[in-house]
Amino acid sequence: MDLSKATFWGYKRENGRVGVRNHVIILPVDDISNAAAEAVANNIKGTMALPHPYGRLQFGADLDLHFRTLIGTGCNPNVAAVVVICIEEGWGKKVADGIAATGKPVAYFGIEQHGDHDTIMRASKAAKEFVQWAGERRREERPLKDLWVSTKCGESDTTSGCGSNPTVGNAFDKLYPHGVTLCFGETTELTGGEHMVAARCRDDKVRARFQFMFDRYQEVVERHKTSDLMDSQPTKGNIEGGLTTIEEKALGNIQKIGRKCMVDGVLDKAEAPTGPGLWFMDSSSAAAEMVTLCAAAGFAVHFFPTGQGNVIGNPILPVIKLCANPRTVRTMGEHIDVDVSGLLRRELSPDAAGDKLLEYMFRTANGRLTAAEALGHREFVLTRLYESA
Amino acid sequence: MIHFVVHEEGDGVGVVVVEGVKAGQELSGWIMEDDKDIKVVAKSDIPIGHKVALKDYKPGDTVIKYGVDIGKVVAPIKQGEHAHVQNIKTKRW
Repeated sequence: MDLSKATFWGYKRENGRVGVRNHVIILPVDDISNAAAEAVANNIKGTMALPHPYGRLQFGADLDLHFRTLIGTGCNPNVAAVVVICIEEGWGKKVADGIAATGKPVAYFGIEQHGDHDTIMRASKAAKEFVQWAGERRREERPLKDLWVSTKCGESDTTSGCGSNPTVGNAFDKLYPHGVTLCFGETTELTGGEHMVAARCRDDKVRARFQFMFDRYQEVVERHKTSDLMDSQPTKGNIEGGLTTIEEKALGNIQKIGRKCMVDGVLDKAEAPTGPGLWFMDSSSAAAEMVTLCAAAGFAVHFFPTGQGNVIGNPILPVIKLCANPRTVRTMGEHIDVDVSGLLRRELSPDAAGDKLLEYMFRTANGRLTAAEALGHREFVLTRLYESA
Repeated sequence: MIHFVVHEEGDGVGVVVVEGVKAGQELSGWIMEDDKDIKVVAKSDIPIGHKVALKDYKPGDTVIKYGVDIGKVVAPIKQGEHAHVQNIKTKRW
């Protein structure tokens, strides 16, 4: 596929970033604001609440990550405008100010001294204005380099390593030379293949940062583990699918970064990249957590290879599922956007499989809903680093 | 018809990519990286996605897949048998 003149139709936002969706979101800062946020989304059609269970008495790095994830979610170019709801106004303002830096419309509301009724009314009025305004945003033709693409696999099995993950790798290798911003992560899921990622790092500085992130996560595992993690990493689903060890899973996982792209930089969780190229993001390997972090870092489209059939989606980031396992394609077909099972029958070449995924990426970017979007999968899962105070 | 795939020449295991492989069945394989054919006779029933051993292993041996170490053998495995958690363990964690 010749991508040198490739374009897609996206929403150019006030800060120059380009989105492929036009969501107006109702964003609670904390768990106890979920009810009001969901009431506003129910009142005002075309808006979407993003409820979650956290945001109270967090502190230090864990609180920083909470704010970074919420602000990043609001800043994502797939979001047109944001209504922030918080139990008190202080943290609501902090999140709203962070999002407002992009130039997009944002309003915030505190519940204390008002109660849910009054807050829902005030927030609904703002949401109505935003959603009507957002309806007049128009897609425009943009160069491929304006598209940010992330990847993470889930419920992997051995077919992921020989089929769907190399397909993502093939697509990444084709996108990389065109200045696209790309991202992968899943820190513990590189265990056994970390040396291969280190060898792909652009320079010693990037390599040292990658190794720091990898070692930091290994220390978490070593500190808390009570077994060899055979119940967690690989998961029961991975083992059911034929994956035996974390090393085998990791080597399959790494196929997603292709053979040609270099790792140009390393991101902390939910941190936005500062330029084009392939970025490694330190992250959980749990699907909804990692995809939520990618959305918060600003990615607009996501490649999600699965083997046994992970059904995850995200509220604001379209998750494109591809699968090479013919049984999963047969039994869970409604979840699979791109069937690459032909690879394992020698009917589909790796190059053709990569093109098939890219073709679907453009259709998704241009507006086609992914299976996860159509099925209503909106998993918004915040990563926690430790206990609340 | 391909019953299993092997990532690259020298790997000690292949991945079954069809449903219903039974003990005694002759399996045709494809070494993807080198685009070569390979055959093995299954000595166990092996589910789709699970591994078939391409050589005999004894406890303590290292299993190679993708040309890389994926773990250690903890129970003997014969060529054609099902290679999985009952006979291979991680070397990490």
